[in-house]
Amino acid sequence: MRFELFGEYFPDLLSGIPMMLQLAGLSLFLGFFLAVLLAVLRTSGIRPLEWFVRGYVYVFRGTPLLVQIFLIYYGTGQFDLIKQSFLWPVLREAYWCAIIALTLNTGAYTSEIIRGGIEAVPWGQVEAAKACGMSAWLRFRRVVFPQAIRQALPGYGNEIILMIKSTSLASTITLLEVTGIARKIISQTYAPLELFVMAGAIYLTIVFTVTRIVDWIENRLSPELAGRRHVEDAEKDLASVH
Amino acid sequence: MSEWMSLLAWGDAGWGDEMVRGALWTLVLATVAFALGVAIGSLGATAKLSSLPPARWLGQGYTTVIRGVPDLLVIYLLFFGGNQAVMAIARGLFGYDGYIELNAFTIGAIALGTVSGAYSTEVIRGAVLAVPRGQIEAARACGMSGWLLFRRIMVPQVARYALPGLGNVWQLTLKDTSLISIVGLVEIMRSASIASGSTQKPFVFYLSAAVLYLCLTAGSNRVFGLAELWANRGVRRA
Repeated sequence: MRFELFGEYFPDLLSGIPMMLQLAGLSLFLGFFLAVLLAVLRTSGIRPLEWFVRGYVYVFRGTPLLVQIFLIYYGTGQFDLIKQSFLWPVLREAYWCAIIALTLNTGAYTSEIIRGGIEAVPWGQVEAAKACGMSAWLRFRRVVFPQAIRQALPGYGNEIILMIKSTSLASTITLLEVTGIARKIISQTYAPLELFVMAGAIYLTIVFTVTRIVDWIENRLSPELAGRRHVEDAEKDLASVH
Repeated sequence: MSEWMSLLAWGDAGWGDEMVRGALWTLVLATVAFALGVAIGSLGATAKLSSLPPARWLGQGYTTVIRGVPDLLVIYLLFFGGNQAVMAIARGLFGYDGYIELNAFTIGAIALGTVSGAYSTEVIRGAVLAVPRGQIEAARACGMSGWLLFRRIMVPQVARYALPGLGNVWQLTLKDTSLISIVGLVEIMRSASIASGSTQKPFVFYLSAAVLYLCLTAGSNRVFGLAELWANRGVRRA
């Protein structure tokens, strides 16, 4: 292990973090809206829409992300029609291609997570909301969606971590985030282990932080769990008194 | 459309046979890596469930690191560091001083095996914990030795409980093989990029690559579905 490399190259690797967080953050943000839309269509009861979403999810979950990225970045350049259109300034940029691919990809995975959440909402609650005279939109906003999100949160936490790791694939289309920078430095220094340790530490720190934040949100969104903890604490206090 | 067909034709004129050959390499690589992963996963699960703290820490460290860093980073580590490591081992253990170079397939299989091994560890660990403790106690009470208990009570049930989870790990490994194209193995992605490079028709070839992956994931999904049916043939359902 050549420790002198750590001081020399660690700052370079750190400089890749903003790109990584941008890619993950922006595509998670956009992908979330896409996912909610897909999940709603998937549970809408309208057959053609359900089939469309099924097909979409099937294709994006059944193929590697790398193919999706290459198809958008290299593939779209094959058509003169696209090259001459208003889309080209966007599709020409590796950055936006990566964002588009990551968004479409996480949209597919997340829609399944949210669908699970929506389907876990007891049907009786929906009937009760109907009986109270709530419109479909109000029902979704007040009854179904908040509970679906809470149910989906642990799964979504895993998806966030997967996305942070997936941003490394953006380095294959020239974007310099942490893995891309690590690769570049490895090919200059031939110190793969040292760079792996440094880049790995960055990823692990971020993954750990995200896990903690998701756990905290999950706690906040589960008042009944928090309530139970209070009761348990109180019981413990009582037990210690007696 | 006819132009697309001729691009994907069989033989020297088209790239169809090259793409299919790539798909076969993908399948072979995924199979070897998955098998290696299951072997590593069994060891990892044993370590994580061990009563020896150092073994537990080792298992925990392995799964935490591998599941927390991008697969691409693990592949780069082995791609650039694999040869050095093997040469160091050869020098240390056998006193062999020559130059050793691992081929892309070996590096790819080891890298993907390491990655899928971490996920298999968790799956197998869960499956071991799913075997009711009472059965183990009953087996001991019948006087079974450790090995007999392992062979008759644990293995058949752990295999059954682990099957759905291992199916997911297989899908993951299959899709991860696309990353090995970066190391130079001519699997689906590499075939597609070679073909795009020489024909300037990337969309056609990356789309074909996507279709090939879909065929592989769909086909293997069916195989795992059948395997689950077979494994659960003796289980009574409510």
